[in-house]
Amino acid sequence: MTPLFDGIASFAQGRDSRKFSIEEAVRSCLDRIENLDPELGAFLSLNPNAVNRARQLDNRMARNPAQSPFYGYPVAIKDNLHVAGMPTTCASRMLANYRPLENATVVDRLLKAGAVILGKTNMDEFAMGSSTENSAMGVTRNPWDTRRVPGGSSGGSAVAVASDMAPMALGSDTGGSIRQPAAFCGVLGLKPTYGRISRYGLVAFSSSLDQIGPFARRAQDALEMMLVLSGPDGRDMTVASRNPEEMRRDFASEVRGMVIGMPEEFFSDGLDDGVRVSLERAREVLAAEGAEFRPVRLPSAQYGINVYYLIATSEAASNLSRYDGVRYGYRSLKASNIRDLYTHTRQEGFGPEVKRRILLGTFALSAGYQDQYYRKAQQVQSLIREEFDRAFHEVDMLFAPTTPTPPFLFGEKSSDPLAMYLSDIYTISANLAGLPALSVPSWPTAEGLPVGAQLIGPAWSEGRLLKVASVLEEAVGVRRPPMTGERQGGEAA
Amino acid sequence: MNPEFEMVVGLEVHTQLLTRSKLFCRCENRFGAPPNTLVCPVCLGHPGVLPVLNEEAVRLGIRLGLALGCTVHTRSVFDRKHYFYPDLPKGYQISQFTHPLLTGGSLSVRSGEGVREIRLHRIHMEEDAGKNLHAGIRDASHVDLNRAGVPLLEIVSEPDIRTPEEAVDYLKKLRQILRAIGISDGNMEEGSFRCDANVSLRRKGTSAFGTKVEIKNMNSFRFVQKALLHECDRQSALLARGERVVSETRLFDSSTGKTLSMRSKEEALDYRYFPEPDLPPLVLDPNWIAEERANLPELPQERVFKLSEELGIREEDAEALLLEEDLSRYFEEAREVVVRYAKEGGWPVELGTGRLVNFILSEVLREWNRKGARILSGELCPEEIAYLVAQVVEERISLNQAKEVYAMAVESLRSPKSVIKEHNLSQESGEEKLGEWIREVLAENPAEVQSYREGKERVFGFLVGQVMKKSGGKANPQKANLLLKDYLSR
Repeated sequence: MTPLFDGIASFAQGRDSRKFSIEEAVRSCLDRIENLDPELGAFLSLNPNAVNRARQLDNRMARNPAQSPFYGYPVAIKDNLHVAGMPTTCASRMLANYRPLENATVVDRLLKAGAVILGKTNMDEFAMGSSTENSAMGVTRNPWDTRRVPGGSSGGSAVAVASDMAPMALGSDTGGSIRQPAAFCGVLGLKPTYGRISRYGLVAFSSSLDQIGPFARRAQDALEMMLVLSGPDGRDMTVASRNPEEMRRDFASEVRGMVIGMPEEFFSDGLDDGVRVSLERAREVLAAEGAEFRPVRLPSAQYGINVYYLIATSEAASNLSRYDGVRYGYRSLKASNIRDLYTHTRQEGFGPEVKRRILLGTFALSAGYQDQYYRKAQQVQSLIREEFDRAFHEVDMLFAPTTPTPPFLFGEKSSDPLAMYLSDIYTISANLAGLPALSVPSWPTAEGLPVGAQLIGPAWSEGRLLKVASVLEEAVGVRRPPMTGERQGGEAA
Repeated sequence: MNPEFEMVVGLEVHTQLLTRSKLFCRCENRFGAPPNTLVCPVCLGHPGVLPVLNEEAVRLGIRLGLALGCTVHTRSVFDRKHYFYPDLPKGYQISQFTHPLLTGGSLSVRSGEGVREIRLHRIHMEEDAGKNLHAGIRDASHVDLNRAGVPLLEIVSEPDIRTPEEAVDYLKKLRQILRAIGISDGNMEEGSFRCDANVSLRRKGTSAFGTKVEIKNMNSFRFVQKALLHECDRQSALLARGERVVSETRLFDSSTGKTLSMRSKEEALDYRYFPEPDLPPLVLDPNWIAEERANLPELPQERVFKLSEELGIREEDAEALLLEEDLSRYFEEAREVVVRYAKEGGWPVELGTGRLVNFILSEVLREWNRKGARILSGELCPEEIAYLVAQVVEERISLNQAKEVYAMAVESLRSPKSVIKEHNLSQESGEEKLGEWIREVLAENPAEVQSYREGKERVFGFLVGQVMKKSGGKANPQKANLLLKDYLSR
């Protein structure tokens, strides 16, 4: 069950040298899905046309050589991104039978580059959660230890890449939904700068925080995908007109001489020892490469969770008001008037966490409470931004844990929403400040559980973050979970 | 109305904009298409879609701001306004709340014999909702979303209006400006121009505001007038009895001419406004605003000044001629024909235009109010009215005859020319013919002639009457007068 290729460079090389056909490459992924996914549960639906498309691409390549490294490359898509012809469920009963009319911009761009979509991946309902346990569609398991959660909300995409069912995947990150599952599953996950990538076709959770990003095994692959995904599309007015090529340029920069900040607040008491030890080793590697480490302070970051759960829920309550049973999606059959139609449809269609956040968000924006909650949260959000700005006057990027602990057990936090919310404590502030951040695998814990190192940079610095990630990647080695095939890389921390 | 009270009215007007596409998507902005044929995932509020602001709508908003003397803000913000209703696909309307595109400005309206300035509070951009359809459907309601996402400007006045007449004139003047600068067709029946009113009363001479009531569903100028009158009576009756006015929203029922309670302010919705995260703040380049200012067409008020000066008529007459577009176009076309008649007939143009203005302001305006625009075309087109006026100037018929002819023409929808012909109406001014009738009358009434010559001047009137009678009404009265005097003095 060894994958045919490992990363996009090896794929392109094998493809162009006719070592394997695109159809074979796609089939190898589908075979792995068939073998592994019954246990892992990463996919909610598979693309029935994947093999057909692979064949078409093979035929076309017989006449014209492939123009893009992505030509024929198989990818998995989180189930809150539209792929025309496939369902977009957001892992919710509300959209169980919803089929979008058009592709998300990111999907359009991947398809234009020649990618083959394998299927849609499981997630917390409407991307609300940190363990994928809030899916209405089923359980997704961590391939490193199937008693443990894969993280969330993009749990399915993280698992698909970690277990080589898909070499790359798309996720979305509102408060850590790419980086946290990437850390839990031992893969690289990048949340880009807000405004780098069009959100058109991403089902909105919190519009001012949501950003789409890649899961990959290698920094180079993430860079290549970022170049395909980025830039204005005329359908999302929040996308900035930046040239994506700046990322390629920055990816070539030197680690030697970089100044990396260690925010004290991110290494405080709540941090698991296994994670701390792993990160210390990562820090030593980067220091040995010539990076200079310096302590920095982000005193307002500790309020990040509070701010996040006011702003994100306010926007979520607004974004989710369109699910009313009138035009599409789930409609309760119990109703006999319009008021009941709304009530029953939303009562039956949404799961408990989604309802909790709609209630919280509605409250935070309601008359008489807006100043106390939503507006106060916005003020603190501005403080957090300013502190990051100040920090980036002194350092090139920040180095921190992605999560306070390694992956936790199923049920361990699902009955305590606050404990669950705290698992995003280190990832949330990058969303609040609109900054790019990634999680790259560090050395596993003594128990063999994955650990993620987080890099947070100033706006538009994705290229440099990926460069530093690539140095860690080389030191740590690309590791694969035992259940999915042969073991690679070095020993545990 | 109870004379102790004064009415205080503020108006909120929603006007649709004449853009090709909707405010946030590329769907066509058009009235009257089959239900749900002008829709796309964006205006249907599907998951994953995002709004893209239509620049043309912004341009039209800037133009209105400049025409009304508003402050055009170089930075404004879109907000979400939340409520659940089947015609509102996203569960929120994208509007502007804390930072509207336009603030300030004013509009002058006729008030009795004078003019009053009505200040504007704000004008903001927002999207229209769809329409719920109930008529002719059993046990269900249908939703048509063609209108969902159509661009609107909401124009909010200060509570400066004091009478229903001022309110109606405000609406007419506003619509005239919207049409003059080409941003709206101002069609109340099709809903492209809609009006809500906030009405309260207060004791004359006091300055504090009373409790206000919001009135909705007035879809014609006449209904606005009726609704305000009714609401004023209702509130003044309450106050006169020592009762309180309840703060509420009331609907105007055109079949009864009354307003009915819809919901009290206690039941008012909490819209939970917050900044629309999918749209960055709208930042305008000052050069763009300057460009729009330079391209603004002549505004109605300027045309009024010009016309009143040019024709030497009162400003309010010029305003009356120009206020309604149908009528003002009718006047302009008729005026051109009158100028032609003047050239051909060799008489001063002012004679004709003066008569034309008077004729339109009295006869035509009255009939137009009664019968509407159909009296402005066909057999009653501008050429015909010009012909009628020329007949009067050239003394072929008298002014009274012309008025009769016009009334008959309107009743039967025939051309004045054919009415004149059928009734053999023409005026005789020729001395030969007049002399003939006069000589006959003098011959037939020797006794009266004798009395006149003896100094009984009252008999003159009788003799004129006889001449008119003999001519069958065709004799030019002034000419007949002069000639008769001449004959009698011989």
